Amino acid sequence: MSDVTLTIDGVSATVPRGTTIMQAADTVGIRIPRLCYHPRLSIEGACRVCVVEVEGARNLVASCHYPAEDGMVVRTHTPEILQLRRDIVELLLDNHPEDCNTCERDGNCELQRLAYATGIRERLFAGERKHYEKDNLGPAIIRDPDKCILCGRCVRVCGEIQEVGCLGQVNRGFKTVVMPAHDAPMVETVCTGCGQCVNVCPTAAFLEKDATADLMKAIEDPEMIVVSQMAPSVRAAIGEAFGEAPGKAYEGEIYAAMRRIGVDYVFDTQFSADLTIMEEGAEFVKKLAEGGPLPNITSCCPTWVKYCETFHPNLLHLLSTAKSPMSMQGAMVKTYWAEKMGIDPSRIFSLAVMCCTCKKFEATRPELFVNGLPAVDRVLTTREFAWLLRNYGIDFTHLQPEEADNPLGESTGAGVIFGATGGVTEAALRTAYYLLFQKDLPADALNFEQVRGLKGVREATLDFEGTAVRLAVVHGLSNANEVLDRLIAGGEYHWIEVMGCPGGCVGGGGQPYAGANAVPLDECLLAQRASALYNLDAAREIRCSHHNPSIQRLYQEYLGDPLGHKAHELLHTYYYPRVPMGVRPQEAQV
Amino acid sequence: MRYQRKTLESPEWWQSLDAYIAEQKERNRDHVQSALIPVLHHVQDTFGYIPVKAINHVAQQLGVPTAFVCGVASFYSYFSLTPKGIYTISVCLGTACYVRGSQAVLDEFCRQINCRPGESTPDGLFTVHEARCLGACGQAPVVMVNDVVYARVTPEQVPDIIAQLTAEAQAESA
Repeated sequence: MSDVTLTIDGVSATVPRGTTIMQAADTVGIRIPRLCYHPRLSIEGACRVCVVEVEGARNLVASCHYPAEDGMVVRTHTPEILQLRRDIVELLLDNHPEDCNTCERDGNCELQRLAYATGIRERLFAGERKHYEKDNLGPAIIRDPDKCILCGRCVRVCGEIQEVGCLGQVNRGFKTVVMPAHDAPMVETVCTGCGQCVNVCPTAAFLEKDATADLMKAIEDPEMIVVSQMAPSVRAAIGEAFGEAPGKAYEGEIYAAMRRIGVDYVFDTQFSADLTIMEEGAEFVKKLAEGGPLPNITSCCPTWVKYCETFHPNLLHLLSTAKSPMSMQGAMVKTYWAEKMGIDPSRIFSLAVMCCTCKKFEATRPELFVNGLPAVDRVLTTREFAWLLRNYGIDFTHLQPEEADNPLGESTGAGVIFGATGGVTEAALRTAYYLLFQKDLPADALNFEQVRGLKGVREATLDFEGTAVRLAVVHGLSNANEVLDRLIAGGEYHWIEVMGCPGGCVGGGGQPYAGANAVPLDECLLAQRASALYNLDAAREIRCSHHNPSIQRLYQEYLGDPLGHKAHELLHTYYYPRVPMGVRPQEAQV
Repeated sequence: MRYQRKTLESPEWWQSLDAYIAEQKERNRDHVQSALIPVLHHVQDTFGYIPVKAINHVAQQLGVPTAFVCGVASFYSYFSLTPKGIYTISVCLGTACYVRGSQAVLDEFCRQINCRPGESTPDGLFTVHEARCLGACGQAPVVMVNDVVYARVTPEQVPDIIAQLTAEAQAESA
C-alpha cells in the first residue's frame, strides 16, 4: 500500500493510504480530542468532537473517519474549531446530570476531562434534560441512561468485540436511549455480564453493582468471620488505581491491605486455581483416554459460560464440569476449612475480590451453593476494592507486603497465570503432562509460548511424547465464535480455552478504568498486566499445580482423589440452556 | 364493541414471513441488516404495527440481535410499535393546509373521538395523527384516512366522516 504525506498544523506526516486524519495526527504527537472514537471499534462519527479543518473542504470534517490524502492541509485548532468543539461538549453537558461530585466516575470520566480540556468553565444554559429509570435489578451490571451521552461505544463493544448484541440505540433524536431489546432489565437479557460496557463507557452510564456496603457491614459484625480471596489479575492491575504505572504486581500488599480493613482470614483464589487444574486436568486426561467428549472447553470464565448457555446450548456437554476457581475456593472455605477450624459455615462471610463483573452473577447461581449457603457471599471488583482502601485511608502502595494465610492461600506459578489469556491452558498442560506420563515437564519446558500473547485466536498442535494435542486459545467472545464455527464445521480440537474479556481476566470488566492517557482495552496495557503475572510465575519456586503442598494435603485429608466422589460433589457443577429475550437463532450443531 | 383488524395472521402467514425473510436474506447476503426494513414493512402491513413477538421472530430468523431490530423499528416514524386503529386519520399540518385551517380540523377530530394526536380510541377503530405535507396542497386542507384522501375538509364535515367510517366498520364486522 502506498503512503500519503499531509500537513497537520504545519507538521508533515507520512502515513499509509487509508489512514484517518486522527490516526495520522497521533503519529506526529497531535492528539485531536475525541469521544465516541475507540481504536478497536467501528467508526461511529457521532460525537463530532474530533472535527478539523481541511483546506478546500466545504465543511469541517470528523477526523476519526476522514481519510488522509496526499498534499492535504489540516488544521486542528483554529479559533473556529476550538469554539465549535467547546459548543459541542457544552451541548452534551446540557443533557447530562451535573452531579460530578457524587458520581462514581468522578475523576475517571472522559466527559469531565473533555469539558476541562475544551475550556468549559461555566454552564450557560439549563436545557431540557432526559430522565429514565436506572436498571439495577441484576446482580452485576447497572445501567443508568441519565448519564449516557449516546457515544455508542457500549453498543459497539457488545456487538463487535463480544458478539452478544445485548444493547441497541432505541428511538430517535432527543429521545434516543441505549437499552437492551424491549427495554428489558439487563438481568433478563442476553447480557453475559462481562462488563466491557463499563470499561468503554466514557461516563457512568454503566457500572458494576456496588457490594462494598455489605462487606463493611460484615466486617463490623462481631459474629461474622470475614474470609477473603482475590483473583490473580487483581494484583496485576490494582496499582493503576493508585496512580502507579501498569505492569507491576502487588501481591503481599493486597494481603496486608485486606488485614488492615478487617478481613479475618486472607486466602487467595490462586490456591483454587491450582485446585481447578487438578480437577480439570484430570478430567481432560480422562476424556483423552476415553476418547471424549472432546474438545474439553474451559469453564472458569462466567461470562463465557453464560454466553455458551445462551448462544451455544448444544455445546454445553463439552464444557469442563469443574467449577471456577472462585467457586471452588468458596466451597472449600465453607466445608473443608470451616470443619478444620470448627467454625459454623453460616458465620462465614466469604468475600471475593475479582477483576470481573460477571463473578457477581456467578456467585448468585444457585447450583454453586454449598449446603444451602452461597460459596461466595459478595464479590468486589478491583475498582470497588481500591475505592474501599481509599475510604479506609490505606496508603496502599507503601504497605509492607505480607503473606497469605494457609492452607487456602498457598499457590503455584500455574495458579498465577490464570489471569492472562492462555494461562489456564498453560497451567493445565503442565499438570496434564504429569498425569499422562507420571513425570514432570523439564523446568525449561514449562512455558508454552504458543498460547501466550494477545492474538485473538491462537491455535497450536503440541507433541506430547508422540501424541498430538490440538489446542485453541481465544479471548473476547467474537473470537470464541470464530473457533466454535470451525469446531462445528468439523475442526478437531482436544482443548479450547475461552476467556470472555479481551486479554483474559487482566482485561476484565472490573479492572481499574483506563487512566487519562490510556485507552480501555489497549493491547499494550493488557500485555503489561499479563507480563506482571508471567513474571510472578517465573519467580515462583513451584510452578505446577500438582506440586502445591496445600493442594496435596487437601486431597489427602479431605477430598480423596481428583474426580472422586467428594470432589465431584463440591468442585463440579452443571450448565443449562438459557433462552432470554433476544437470543440469536443459530444454535450450534455438533 | 371492540373492532378487530381483519388481520391476515395465521400459521400460514408466519410461514410466508419466513419465506420472505429467507428471500430478503439471500438478496442482502453481504449485509443481512439491510434485509430488516423490507421485512419490517411486511410485518406492519399485516398487523398494522410491529408486535413484540414479530420483533423477536424477525431477529431470530434474520440472525441479527433483537436490540438492533428494536432500534431500527423505533427509529423510523413509519413503523409503529403500538397497535393502530382500523382507520388511521392523518390531518395535514403542512404550511398550505395549516393556513387554510387544518388545525381546527385536527382539533375537531380529536374532540370527536376523544384522543390526542398519536393516540388510538379504546375500541380500536381510530388513530389520529398530525401529518406534515401529504403532497396535495392544491386541495388543502387535506386529511388522509388510511389510503383515501379527503380534500378541502372543514371542521363541520368531521362528524360525518367519523359516522361514515364507523358505519362502514360496523357493516364489515357484522
